[in-house]
Amino acid sequence: MASAGIAVDRAALFEFLTRMGDNTLILGHRVSEWCGHAPVLEEDIALANTALDLIGQTQLWLGLAGEVEGKGRNADALAFLRDAAAFRNCLLVERPNGDFGQTLTRQFLFDAWHHVMLTALTRSADPRIAEIAAKAVKEAAYHLERSSDLVIRLGDGTDESHKRMQRALDDIWSYVGELFIADDTDRAMVEAGIAPDPASLRLEWDAIVSEVLREATLKAPTSAYVHKGGRRGVHTEHLGYILADMQFLQRAYPGATW
Amino acid sequence: MATATLPSIDEVWHWLAQVPDPEIPVLSLVDLGIVREVAWEDDTLVVTVTPTYSGCPATGIINLDIERELNARGVARVRLERRLSPPWTTDWMSAEGREKLRAYGIAPPVDDTAADGRSRALARRLASGSNLTVACPRCGSAQTEKVSQFGSTACKASYRCLSCLEPFDYFKCI
Repeated sequence: MASAGIAVDRAALFEFLTRMGDNTLILGHRVSEWCGHAPVLEEDIALANTALDLIGQTQLWLGLAGEVEGKGRNADALAFLRDAAAFRNCLLVERPNGDFGQTLTRQFLFDAWHHVMLTALTRSADPRIAEIAAKAVKEAAYHLERSSDLVIRLGDGTDESHKRMQRALDDIWSYVGELFIADDTDRAMVEAGIAPDPASLRLEWDAIVSEVLREATLKAPTSAYVHKGGRRGVHTEHLGYILADMQFLQRAYPGATW
Repeated sequence: MATATLPSIDEVWHWLAQVPDPEIPVLSLVDLGIVREVAWEDDTLVVTVTPTYSGCPATGIINLDIERELNARGVARVRLERRLSPPWTTDWMSAEGREKLRAYGIAPPVDDTAADGRSRALARRLASGSNLTVACPRCGSAQTEKVSQFGSTACKASYRCLSCLEPFDYFKCI
């Protein structure tokens, strides 16, 4: 395979792939918590379908991560048998669901990043990564279209919906910055032509987000404070609760299948 | 057995064209365009399948159905391979498949209307509303509206006809 010719540290590549897969896994799990609880049936179905797309993408990313790692761990083993400190998702995706507006705001900010990131990854020097990205970017485009549409409808909606959307945006804003900060892993990926510099995605993300927020009559917060740590395994307390729920079955009944 | 002739590739395609999609049984797997390649490797039949959506829960069942069908046709050794690239698109759905969908009550995909996430396209859509016209599969009216971007499965959206007032599924373009 051509990728064998790419000079990149295996551990760094594994790290990068778990960041991609853990983002979609944790957000997918979070969104799936709405199943049966959404405000209307159509939204319930839409949220469950979005979660399904994200979990499907997780199987591709973590499947490849396990392959790269070469220790016999598959996607399931990585999802269900790692503890919180081994997870590499950004803090944004582990934020609690809150109300429908908070869930949507989180989704929109993530979708905008996800789409820009996946688009860049379709040009990855590693063909395995490029093909996963080419598959996932179509789904991300659809998610972005849906979340943009709803952010606009609720932001530019009633007084109550506007107030809640603005509050949701103010609350979650400080969790976004982490996505654009490069570390050694990112630099190794850039050098090998595998992934873009996270900081380079900011301009396009800003363009998408500011356009939608303007349409939604919402104001982007001006605070520059950034919560970070998720991408290197330092998480908020919320991740432990997510894992307790998500991993219970495989922890209590190792190897269970149906 | 060692001397038995293997079925031709054309014959295998013909068999696969009779395996229904588990979620939309009116379509065959070949109509859907997800069977990408069929080839013999010695006496093993290798069937290459591409997923529709990454998380489509029918993927496992589809593989099982293919294997079962081919085993029933006398092919003892079957290997299924997954191919991600190029990613599946509704453009690959056969004309016959589109007609079957419409007759079944699902509006077939309108080509070239997939979301592309580009902000300029997004702005245009937001400013003028969706320019996508999905005809009602029951009465043919173009007076329809989107109820939700997702429907009963990941590949569909929910619509409503404003002429005959029936709700219907739209097989969205991707």
